[in-house]
Amino acid sequence: MREYDVIIVGAGHAGCEAAAAAARRGARVALVTLRADDPGTLSCNPAVGGIGKGHLVTEIDALGGIMGRVTDAARLQSRLLNRSKGPAVHGPRAQVDRALYRAAMAAVLAEFPGLSIVTAAVEGLVLDQGRITGVETSAGHLAAPAVVLTTGTFLGGVMHIGSQREAGGRVGAQASDLGAALRAMGLPVSRLKTGTPARLDGRSIDWSVLEWQHGDGDDPRFSRFGQRNGHPPIPCAITRTNAETHRIIRDHLGESALYGGHIDSVGPRYCPSIEDKVVRFGDRDGHQIFLEPEGYDDISIYPNGLSTSLPLHVQEKFIRSIRGLEQVAIMRPGYAIEYDHVDPRALTPGLAARAVPGLFLAGQINGTTGYEEAAAQGLVAGANAAALALGLPDLIVDRTQAYIGVMIDDLTLHGVAEPYRMFTSRAEYRLRLRADNADQRLTPLGEALGLVPAAQAAAFAAEQAERERARTLLNSLTATPHQLASHGIEVRQDGQSRSLFEWLRFPAVTHEAARRVWPELATVSDDLLASLAVDANYAAYIARQEAEVAALRRDEALALPAGLDFATVAGLSKEMVERLSRARPQTLGAASRVPGITPAALIALLPHTSRRNPELAA
Amino acid sequence: MTDTIAALASGRPPAALAIIRISGPAALAVVQRLAGRVPPPRRLSLCRLHHAGQLLDEALVAVFPGPASASGEDLAELHLHGGPAVVAGVLDAVTAQPGVRLAEPGEYTRRAFANGRMDLAQVEGLADLVSAETASQRDQALALAGGALGRLADAWRERCLNVLAEAEAGLDFAEDEADVAERLDEAAREQLTAMADELAAVIADATRAMRIRDGLSIAVTGPPNVGKSSLVNALAMRDVAIVTAIPGTTRDAIEVPIDLAGVAAVLIDTAGLRDTDDPVEAIGIARARARAAAADLVISVSSAEAPAWPDTAGLRLLNKCDLAAPGVPPDVLRVSAATGAGLPALRDWLADWAHRLTRPGEPALLAHARHRAAFADAKAALRDAALAPEPVLRAEALRLAAHAFGRIAGRVGVDDVLDRIFSRFCIGK
Repeated sequence: MREYDVIIVGAGHAGCEAAAAAARRGARVALVTLRADDPGTLSCNPAVGGIGKGHLVTEIDALGGIMGRVTDAARLQSRLLNRSKGPAVHGPRAQVDRALYRAAMAAVLAEFPGLSIVTAAVEGLVLDQGRITGVETSAGHLAAPAVVLTTGTFLGGVMHIGSQREAGGRVGAQASDLGAALRAMGLPVSRLKTGTPARLDGRSIDWSVLEWQHGDGDDPRFSRFGQRNGHPPIPCAITRTNAETHRIIRDHLGESALYGGHIDSVGPRYCPSIEDKVVRFGDRDGHQIFLEPEGYDDISIYPNGLSTSLPLHVQEKFIRSIRGLEQVAIMRPGYAIEYDHVDPRALTPGLAARAVPGLFLAGQINGTTGYEEAAAQGLVAGANAAALALGLPDLIVDRTQAYIGVMIDDLTLHGVAEPYRMFTSRAEYRLRLRADNADQRLTPLGEALGLVPAAQAAAFAAEQAERERARTLLNSLTATPHQLASHGIEVRQDGQSRSLFEWLRFPAVTHEAARRVWPELATVSDDLLASLAVDANYAAYIARQEAEVAALRRDEALALPAGLDFATVAGLSKEMVERLSRARPQTLGAASRVPGITPAALIALLPHTSRRNPELAA
Repeated sequence: MTDTIAALASGRPPAALAIIRISGPAALAVVQRLAGRVPPPRRLSLCRLHHAGQLLDEALVAVFPGPASASGEDLAELHLHGGPAVVAGVLDAVTAQPGVRLAEPGEYTRRAFANGRMDLAQVEGLADLVSAETASQRDQALALAGGALGRLADAWRERCLNVLAEAEAGLDFAEDEADVAERLDEAAREQLTAMADELAAVIADATRAMRIRDGLSIAVTGPPNVGKSSLVNALAMRDVAIVTAIPGTTRDAIEVPIDLAGVAAVLIDTAGLRDTDDPVEAIGIARARARAAAADLVISVSSAEAPAWPDTAGLRLLNKCDLAAPGVPPDVLRVSAATGAGLPALRDWLADWAHRLTRPGEPALLAHARHRAAFADAKAALRDAALAPEPVLRAEALRLAAHAFGRIAGRVGVDDVLDRIFSRFCIGK
C-alpha cells in the first residue's frame, strides 16, 4: 500500500508550486519541509517578477499555478517594468510583504484537500531496482512512486561571512546532505554560489535625503483572480554607492570569502556581489542601491545591490559610507552561500532524472537562480510527477510556447555554467511570448492536463469569446485615409482602405480617435482594445516568426531514441559525437540547437529519428 | 506556414541545360507569376518566363503538386537554357517572389524525409554528400579571396552583435541598474542607417564578384549581315554560329564562352536588328535588344559595305575593313573577320576592358547567390532596425541581421549576446 502518489522534498517556491500542480491533477501529495512555517519563505529579496521573470509568473498563473495569486495578495506595491520598450518585454514586478506572502501561501496550499505538509528532514531516497519508491525522513518512511527534489541552496549548503563558514541553506536553517546520495546514483553534481546582502534596521535610515520609487498608479497584478491585501502601496527608496564605499571594499578585499580564496564556485554574473562590482567595474563612480521594505509591519530593509561576503565589521563600514545609511544598524549580516546542484542535462524536458525513474528535480538544484525560475520548474516537475504516479499525460512546454519552455530547453540541452536566470533575450520567439497573452498560450494546455481550475478555465473561455467577437468587429470596420482625415486623423493619403485592425498599427490612429470614428467600438473595453492593438502591431513580425516556429515544430516532431549511442551513428565526426553525447538531445530540433552541430550531422541523425506527434508536423 | 525553397538542381553553368527546383507552398504561385500559367501536372510544357517586364528564358516547366512529389510538397522544375546569366536571372526572379528563399544544404532531403517521401535507406549515405557540399561551401567562403569573405561576415556579425547587446541590455536590464542608460536614441538610428548604407556598397561590389564567377557578358549587335556571327566565330576561334550570306540567319541569341586573358566571358551573338514581318525573326530581334540591355558590354558592329555609327555606349566596330570605307570615326575599331585583320587589337581591347571591370587580382566577395542573399537580408534587417517603432522590434531586426551573417560565419547563440552584455555593463542589483 502506498501512502502518497507524490512526495515533494522542500517547500520553497519550486516545492510549493510542484505540490499544488500535483495536487491539482488529483495526486495525494506529501510536501516535506524542515519547519511547518517554511512554505512561502522569501529567502532573498522581497520582490517577485521583473523583466523575463514576470513573464514566468504570468505563465505559471496561466497554467493554474499559485505564485501569481500569492504575490498579488502580499504586494506592497507593483510596477510594470519596461513600459516604454514595447509590450513584448513588459515585465510585471511586485514588492511583497514577507509575512503576508507566507500567510497567503499557507492559505492557498490549504485549499488542496489531497496535500499534506509533513514536517521532517529528508535523510535519504529509497529505491527498489533503481526506481524511486519513497524517502527516509527523520519522522519515518514515506512511500510514493514519484519524488520531486526542490532543495534549493540546502544541498550541501555552506554559508560564508568573511573567513567564517557555517553549514546551512539559509541563516537559521540546516543544510541537507542528499548531495552524496545523488552522486551515488550517478547524477552529475557540482557547486555554485550566490549571495545576499545585510538586512538593515529601517528606523536607523535617514529617509529624508533619499529619492522615492513608487509603484505604478494602475497597480498591475499577475493573476486574473489576484486580490489586494487592503493596505495602501508603499514605496522603495534609492541611494548609491560612492568612491569612499569602493575604497573601503577594495582595502578589505582580502577578507572577503570570495576574494580571500574561501570560495571558488561560480556565481551569477548578473547578480554580482558588491565586491565583484568594485573589482570588475572599478571605474564606475557608484552603483545604484534600492532600499526595499520587507513588510508593512517590519522594520527590516533589504538593500538591493549590496550582496556581500565581507566580514561584518567591513560590511558595517562600507554600508555606512552610503548616503542615508550613515547611522544604519545592521540587523543581520550579508553572506555568500555555496551549494550543490545537478547538471540539468541529466534531466528530460519533463524534469525527470533520466538515470533514476521516479525522481524529478526542480529549482535551484537544477542550477537556476530566482524564485520565479524555481516556481516554473516546480510546476512542470510536479505535474509530471503526478503524471507518472497516476498514468496521466506529461506536461511538456516547448520554447515556441513559453519562457518556461525556453528555460527548460536551455537547461536540459546546454547545462549551466553559472546560475541561470531568465532574460527576455533568451527567447527567440519573444514577440509571441508576452505577459499579456500568457493565458492564450498556455491555459488551453493546462486545462487539457487538468492543471487549471474550472473557474479560471471558464473566465478564460469567456474572455476568449469576447476577444474573438472584438477581433471580428475590428476586421469588419474599414476606412480610407480620406475618411480618417475627415475626422481629423492625419495619415498618409495612399488611397488604401484598411480595416480598423490594420489601422491600429498606425500611431496616428489612437484609441480615442478610433472610438470617435467608429462608435461601434463602445462594446469593446479599453483593455481588450489595447491588447488587440498589440496583436496588430506585431502581426507582420509574428507571421515571420510563425514560419520559424513551423520549421522548429517539424524538427521537434522527429524524435531520437532515448538510448541512442551517438558513436554508432554513421557519418558523425568525433566532435559531433562528443557534443551530442553531452547534450543528449531528444529530438532533431533539439539536436539542431546544440552549439556547433552542422547540417551534415543533422542529416546523419535523420535515419535514426522516428516521427512522433504527427499533428505537430502538420 | 513554411518557406518555399529554390535552388539550382543541376550542375554549375554554363551547361546545355540548367534545372531550377522550387519546393514549398508557394512553388505553383511562382510558376504562375513567371510563366503566366501553371501547366498541367507532371508534364513538361514550354513556357516563357518573364520577370519585371523582361523575358528571361523560354523554358520547359514541370509542376508536381504535393504530396505526390519528390519532396512531398508542391514542387516545380524549370528546365532552362544553361547560360550563367539566364540561370542567375531566373534564380533572382524566383527568390524575389514572396515567401521564397534559397535552399540550405540538405534542405530538400530533410523536407522529403519529414513528408514521408524518402525511406531511411535512401536518406542514409546522404550525410556524406551534404557534408561534402557544406564543407566545400565553407571552404569556398574561406578560400574566397584568402578568407576575406569569412572575415568580412565575421566582422559584420560582430558589429551587429555589439549593437544588439546594447539593445538587449536596454530591454533586459534597464530597470535594474541606472548604468544601462537609454541608448536607443537618434544616434543608434543613424549608426544603423550608416551600417546599412555601408552594406549596400559591399553588395554593389558583388556585381563584380558575380562577373568573375559567372563571366562577363558581351552582346554582339548590329544590322543584319554585317558579319556578327563571323566575328563571334573568329573571336571564339571555332565555328559556333551559323554563317551564311543570307541576312537574318541568326534567329536566336547564341552564347559562346571565351577567355579574355584569364577572365571568363560569354559572347552573345544576336539576331540582326531590322524591321521585319517574319514573326520568328521579330522575336529574335526583341530578344537581341533585351540581351544587349542586360549585357556588360555591347559591341555594335557595322560593315564597311554600309557603315553606320549608332550613338551607343560600348564598343563600335567596323567589320569587313578589307573593303574601303570613308569617314570612320577614330574610336571605331576596324577588323576583318574574314582575313583576321584587326582581331589581335580587338582581343587586347576586350582583355583590357575585362580586367578593368573585374580587377582579377583584388578580392572578389559574395560571388555566390547564398552569400549575396545573406548580405541582402542583413541590409534589409538593418534598415528595419533603424526605422523600428519600438526598442523590442529594433532588437528583433538586429537579431535577424546577426543571423544572416551567422549563416556565413557560424551560428549566433544567445550566449554571445549575453556575454557581451555582462562584459560591458554592470548588471544586477
